[in-house]
Amino acid sequence: MSNTTITLKGRGIVEGVAEGEALVTSETISGWGGIDSMTGTVVETRHELVGQSFKDKVLVFPGAKGSSGWSAAFHTARLAGTAPKAVIFNQMTTKVALGVVVMRTPTVTELDQDPLQVIETGDWVKVDGDTGIVEITKAAARD
Amino acid sequence: MKLNADEQAMLDGDGAPGAEARQKAMHLLVRYGEALGAEALVATNNVTGTAGSSSTFIRDFYAKEGDGDRDRLFSRFDLDSDEATDHIPMARTFTCHLQTRIDPAHADIMGTPSGALDFHLEGQAHSASLGVQLLNTCTPYANGNVPVMGEHCAWMESSAVVYCNSVLGARTNTEGRESTAAAMMTGKIPYWGFHLPENRLGQHRIQVEVEMDSVMDWGMLGYFTGAAVEEEIPVLTGIEAPASLIRHKHFGAAAASSGGVEMYHVAGLTPEANTEGQAFGPNKPGLDLKYGTAERRHTYETINGNGHSDDVDYIMLGCPHYTIEQIWEAARLLDGKRISTKTALWIFTARQVRDVSDRNGYTKTIEDAGGVILTDTCSAMSAAVPKGTRVAATDSAKQTHYLPAITGVEAWFGSTQDCVEAAITGKWKGEAP
Repeated sequence: MSNTTITLKGRGIVEGVAEGEALVTSETISGWGGIDSMTGTVVETRHELVGQSFKDKVLVFPGAKGSSGWSAAFHTARLAGTAPKAVIFNQMTTKVALGVVVMRTPTVTELDQDPLQVIETGDWVKVDGDTGIVEITKAAARD
Repeated sequence: MKLNADEQAMLDGDGAPGAEARQKAMHLLVRYGEALGAEALVATNNVTGTAGSSSTFIRDFYAKEGDGDRDRLFSRFDLDSDEATDHIPMARTFTCHLQTRIDPAHADIMGTPSGALDFHLEGQAHSASLGVQLLNTCTPYANGNVPVMGEHCAWMESSAVVYCNSVLGARTNTEGRESTAAAMMTGKIPYWGFHLPENRLGQHRIQVEVEMDSVMDWGMLGYFTGAAVEEEIPVLTGIEAPASLIRHKHFGAAAASSGGVEMYHVAGLTPEANTEGQAFGPNKPGLDLKYGTAERRHTYETINGNGHSDDVDYIMLGCPHYTIEQIWEAARLLDGKRISTKTALWIFTARQVRDVSDRNGYTKTIEDAGGVILTDTCSAMSAAVPKGTRVAATDSAKQTHYLPAITGVEAWFGSTQDCVEAAITGKWKGEAP
């Protein structure tokens, strides 16, 4: 397996290690008004992930947009058991930083390659929030 | 992140009453500040947030762990602490409550469950006991909390944040529920982002080639701008007519909804943009876009993408909360008229604006026409629309953006006049400019 694994290095900002199937979007995500915390589903009508759930996935996205209720929406998702297993994002903002801190899912940002180019939905991704290491097994190699 | 002696003492536990809560708050600020990559905290004495408010879901979740009591709930959720504390002390800072989920005076028509209302009123009493000013509005800057140029703030509410930075020249990031709770306990917030002068300069240029004559014009330009620059800083050029508080309010709210705009400059009109050169500083525009009639038309159609049926049954005004000038306008448009039996008209504002509206007779004029003035909340916040609503219309690009996602209704966007006419006729006749 090791020769099919891609390793990226970034900055871990929420501690812990988790792995799971990637859910990737090239679009920024709204928290409050953009997700349903109770189901872990994107509800923004014009979003490419509308209707899809990030529960137990490794959520890979450019960053946060919209309401300042971002952190509370994802914090509530943690309580509801619908949070992602881990998070990878590109664009640092206060919304996303506070959101992942209170969601407490292992999170890495500032990767040495654009994760949106490297990771595709369905890939298996391991996120180490302590070391900032992200290991990707491409979906094709998992069969 | 470096902490000064005062901050370190709070983190270590300063031994004074409320030390435990300050320690939890400082711990959260350190986790948050380090995630951001902040090097320090900055002192603030101006916080707007939602301290004391909670949802029944959150209450029930923590009640199962024995932490349903208000102070314990605040420490578990608002301060994101694994252990509760029995004592949350009085706020250290001037702290204002933003809009809530409930208008206690209209719980019946909003369909608020009585249990939720009681819990809300208990929460408001708790907020007040912590020294939180119950403005209950998304427009604190129009209701007694007007920061001055350069003032470091810790504000939530994206439409208020963008106003605070752009129109007032005060400094805040878009804070969240937990960071404003921590700021209120400690008087500190990460010194990052918009607190630093070099991060306030323009990054993209939008050359406006159409006349900007109305609130609707500013709403559309805001929606276009947010979609174009996402969370970065635009500089708008080519606008000569000064914009009012109301126009900035609708522009910023729209730009913060379609994108994540937290600061903008209008060359010649906003305080850190006496000239286009000052707005950009050493930056060169990344995107250099024009906003002409084609862009305006496309934006109108995008905002109205969730409008299909012209049989309108709900007109929503007051996003962000109407100012007294807007209530006056609505009253003039409705004077002597009667809205259709098929429509409901709800106008949202701050309670102190409603008080003036009552005194001026606007409330009576609007109620005689069949409208209702509500306070403290809005349809998006409360997820409440009049019973049976299928098609809504509003003069807010922001509300048009959120309502379909939150409540599942269709939504139209247009001018205030389009909206009032739709309330009277029951038909949407708004047209692209």
